[in-house]
Amino acid sequence: MNTPLPDNAAIGVFILFFVATIVLGSTVRFWRPLLNRRKAATHPSQGEEWGLGGREFGAWVTWFLVGGDFYTAYTVIAVPALVYSTGGFGFFALPYTIIVYPFIFAVMPKLWTIARDGGHATAADIVRARFGSRTLELAVAISGLVAVLPYIALQLIGIRTVVEALGYTGMLPLLFAFVSLAAYTWLGGLHAPALTAFIKDVMIYIAVLAAVIIVPIHLGGYGAMFHAATEHLPALPGGRIVSQDQTVPYATLALSSAFAAFLYPHTLTGILAAKSADTIRQNAVFLPIYTIVLGLIALLGLMAHAAGIVTTSSSQVVPQLFLAIFPSWFAGFCFAAIAVGALVPASVMAIGAANLIMHNILPRHSESVTGSRLAGLGVKVGALGCVVFLNAKFAIDLQLLGGVIILQTFPALIMGLLPLRLSAPALIGGWASGSLFGLGLCWLDGLKPVHPIAFGGFSASVSTGLLALGVNIVVTMVLGSVIRLALGASPSTLQPRQSVRRQG
Amino acid sequence: MKKTILLLLPFAGLLWVPLYNRHDPVLLGFPFFYWYQLAWVPVTSVLIWMAWKTDRQS
Repeated sequence: MNTPLPDNAAIGVFILFFVATIVLGSTVRFWRPLLNRRKAATHPSQGEEWGLGGREFGAWVTWFLVGGDFYTAYTVIAVPALVYSTGGFGFFALPYTIIVYPFIFAVMPKLWTIARDGGHATAADIVRARFGSRTLELAVAISGLVAVLPYIALQLIGIRTVVEALGYTGMLPLLFAFVSLAAYTWLGGLHAPALTAFIKDVMIYIAVLAAVIIVPIHLGGYGAMFHAATEHLPALPGGRIVSQDQTVPYATLALSSAFAAFLYPHTLTGILAAKSADTIRQNAVFLPIYTIVLGLIALLGLMAHAAGIVTTSSSQVVPQLFLAIFPSWFAGFCFAAIAVGALVPASVMAIGAANLIMHNILPRHSESVTGSRLAGLGVKVGALGCVVFLNAKFAIDLQLLGGVIILQTFPALIMGLLPLRLSAPALIGGWASGSLFGLGLCWLDGLKPVHPIAFGGFSASVSTGLLALGVNIVVTMVLGSVIRLALGASPSTLQPRQSVRRQG
Repeated sequence: MKKTILLLLPFAGLLWVPLYNRHDPVLLGFPFFYWYQLAWVPVTSVLIWMAWKTDRQS
């Protein structure tokens, strides 16, 4: 590798910014009252305060919180890494993070209203109340927990990656990542990420803007950059950017990722903590601003090619690019941005998962903050286990499996909003068959995200998560009809439906 | 109805990949594939905003 090694300036700047963010977030309950004096005794419970921030976040905080945990540090590392190794194909993250917003706009205000009226904090809460089924609640809760663990693991890997890029080796970088995350979440609750998310965003914006301005200047403009990058990627006929047989995977991966994105406990936490349904609508209009940044981040993968970065470990693409083109102190700043960018979402993820354990998985509904904190810590230990006992490559595969698993809660949570006659046993049957089918396909395909299908002269590779969701929906519908017929459609077998028409 | 169409437009514009899987025309050095998709970001914001207005009127 021809990149310079980081020096003390890089390490110093990194530590300064990273530690300052952790201290600010961990001490949030001491300085927050100074900013805002009006709220004191209005909170329903301490648990809702720690886990949902009191359900009082306005448009700005929601923007930073949802944007902050949706666009994770792993995005900054993994999306350019994918673009680096596959070219234009890795860009599917862009359509994915665009079409997710019309979806949020159409669906999430309804879900928020149901959650507020019922006092629900998690997806599993909503499903239990709606279908009156403890089994379905457990199915949704366990899916959420299993899906989010590898996601947290990837954030720890993100922090580890930049600490390693600073020249440290062995277990120290990982230990550093874990301890900082644990302290930050334990002390701050959801207020910590909500109020430090803006620091993270400002830092990421500075790093990314500097990169997208400075790198093309180095290389002689964007035209020259794209030109230089294509020489490192396989050439395609007819000026295509992705090859013919990659177009269907490109579109279906974008679609399945968009459907899955806001089923995760951490993204849903950000939505449910909003103050009103209109806060969510407003955010659907303005959150795409982040997507522009994501597009620029994705281009870092091409810039790395153009800048002559050669590495076999694709997660090192961005750190190596920063070290190669920036003065070392600024590279240190960018690394701190990535590390903070991992800390904020990982903390929201741990809280989302802790909410699931406390509300839905443990047999008795518990509201103690210490319990939630312990559950959150347990989740992080689990994530640490994922990193220690599985290698990084496998963590990425696990995250893929997580996407397939979380997508199977779509019928219960989202289709449950539609005026369809769904029943708990049918949804459970659909969930079980979709999950088994999806995991089975992943296993047979050697953990690839797409599966080849063919019918009637048409053949293409389709996102495995989407295929499994198709099986899930069909089974749910068929089982639902069979159960209705078998029981003579007696009204008592169907759960009473709550009104979804109310506006927040 | 109008709202549904507004919200479905980004899906139509972005999920039919052959529509934009091309290098030309280049804009500011960006191949069509890249700038076309980036351009959908502000367009989607405006479409959602219009859907929101439609919602409020009715």
